[in-house]
Amino acid sequence: MMDNAYLAELSEAKKKFGNIVALDGLDLQVRPGELFAVLGPNGAGKTTAISLLLGLQQPDAGTASLFGKSPQLVETRRQIGVMMQEAGLAPELRVREQIDLVASYYPVPLTPDVAMELTHTTALANRPYGKLSGGQKRQVQFAMAIVGRPKLLFLDEPTVGLDVQARELMWVTLRKLVNDGASIVLTTHYLEEAEALADRVAVLAKGRVIASGTVREIRALVVRKRINCSTTLTVEEISAWPGVENATADKQRLLITVSNAESVLRRLLAADQNLREVEVRSAGLAEAFAELTQENKV
Amino acid sequence: MSAISVQISSPLEGGALMPAKRLMRAYFIEAKYETVRMLRTPAFAIPFLGLPALLYLLFGVVIFGAAIRNDSNAGLFIFAAFALFGVMGPGIFGFGMVVASEREHGLLTLKRALPMPPPAYLVAKLLMAMLFAAIVMATMFAVTPLGHLHLYVGQFFALAAVGILGALPFCAIGLFIGVLATGRSAPAFVNIIYQMMMHLSGLFYPLPKFLHAIAPVWPTYHLQQLFFRAVGVPSQGNSITHIAVLVAVTLLFTLFAVRRLARKG
Repeated sequence: MMDNAYLAELSEAKKKFGNIVALDGLDLQVRPGELFAVLGPNGAGKTTAISLLLGLQQPDAGTASLFGKSPQLVETRRQIGVMMQEAGLAPELRVREQIDLVASYYPVPLTPDVAMELTHTTALANRPYGKLSGGQKRQVQFAMAIVGRPKLLFLDEPTVGLDVQARELMWVTLRKLVNDGASIVLTTHYLEEAEALADRVAVLAKGRVIASGTVREIRALVVRKRINCSTTLTVEEISAWPGVENATADKQRLLITVSNAESVLRRLLAADQNLREVEVRSAGLAEAFAELTQENKV
Repeated sequence: MSAISVQISSPLEGGALMPAKRLMRAYFIEAKYETVRMLRTPAFAIPFLGLPALLYLLFGVVIFGAAIRNDSNAGLFIFAAFALFGVMGPGIFGFGMVVASEREHGLLTLKRALPMPPPAYLVAKLLMAMLFAAIVMATMFAVTPLGHLHLYVGQFFALAAVGILGALPFCAIGLFIGVLATGRSAPAFVNIIYQMMMHLSGLFYPLPKFLHAIAPVWPTYHLQQLFFRAVGVPSQGNSITHIAVLVAVTLLFTLFAVRRLARKG
């Protein structure tokens, strides 16, 4: 793929704050029509990476580009929508006014009413922003992110503070956006969010990408599997076996995280004649993430 | 699923093109909501909009009303003092405290990430401060007939022009404080500068002799002389110098602040 086919790109980006290396030659590419999740522990460089792509900071070395141009050009940013972790919006302005203000920055925005309907915030239209709950504020910020009809949307931890229902509703709107052809860059702490939504995932640690690919590919990088079974064996017995990393009991069932599924399974079958309902699954993104970032600790 | 079937993502290629009319509208909307939010902040709107006219009523009508009947220059002096007091507040506080707090709480960062036309942030606040200054001048004019001060049409327009444009150097000083101070320290800095400018420039009462030499350090001194000029009260220095000082203060502080904002946010 040619360089200019990427909507957003960091290439060999380096950024230091004093002695702290935030980005250490980071490469990231966002492709058209994908939902791209950026994961990583705190301090991994996610927020710095997004800041470079938004033109808020410039890399010490390497390049950051949006639509093949500098993110610092306001013309470039007219094609993006943004939802940051901290917004500090004027508490005195009402919800419709906040959305109307952001809409004014774009050439062909949605009307505030349509943006509110899409984000399920219509009922809040005339409420002062300062009187909203944390979750409602996130929903309003989401409306502000999409009102400009962006081709590319940057969402930094969008669902923090949302209840389960509101989160599901936001996911539906995100999928609709991607179906319409928009691209989304999402940072999240909720791995199930990346698992549910992302076409592609990049895992950051210490300012570098340590793994990237589809959710399935990331999971496959990790050898761990999970065995779920009904057995008379105890957690204590199984925990001592080689290849078993962790075992927990839930009523009659055991959940065993293993690094070598085949050998543990053979031993289980031999040790318990009554073994029933055996399930072997690949580890989830959460386990993969934990393992990947663990390996990259100093 | 949402009931409406609108294509959210822009279908337009080159959707980055912004017609001039929409760009103008972006400035207007930014200024509109900046003004709306300040008007909805009672701690800001009530003292800055109400106090100058009230103080003028107290001093210019109730306390010194009789004196003004015999000496219209005294009336003009008091009018100029409270008008100046009124027009400097929204600029220095509106920029100083609000910019510091918006930097600290992430609003400025969000606006820099969004495609807001970059000058709109400052232009909106300038227009807000000038509108507040205009309201201050209007309320002062409105209470004038209650006393013995009579303004001619020419004086009226000259005072209004000096008052509204005179808000600008204080916006620049406020902005300068706003980009250097944190949200918590800004009110202290703004208050210190505000009080010094009011009391060390001879705004309300004649200064002791040893302070005469430093009065011209303060922009308030120069603006006060321009107010005097506008209504024909004897003034010091010449208008060109006063205007030059105020323009220089405005440009220097703004330039420094804008450069620092661009570099550090």
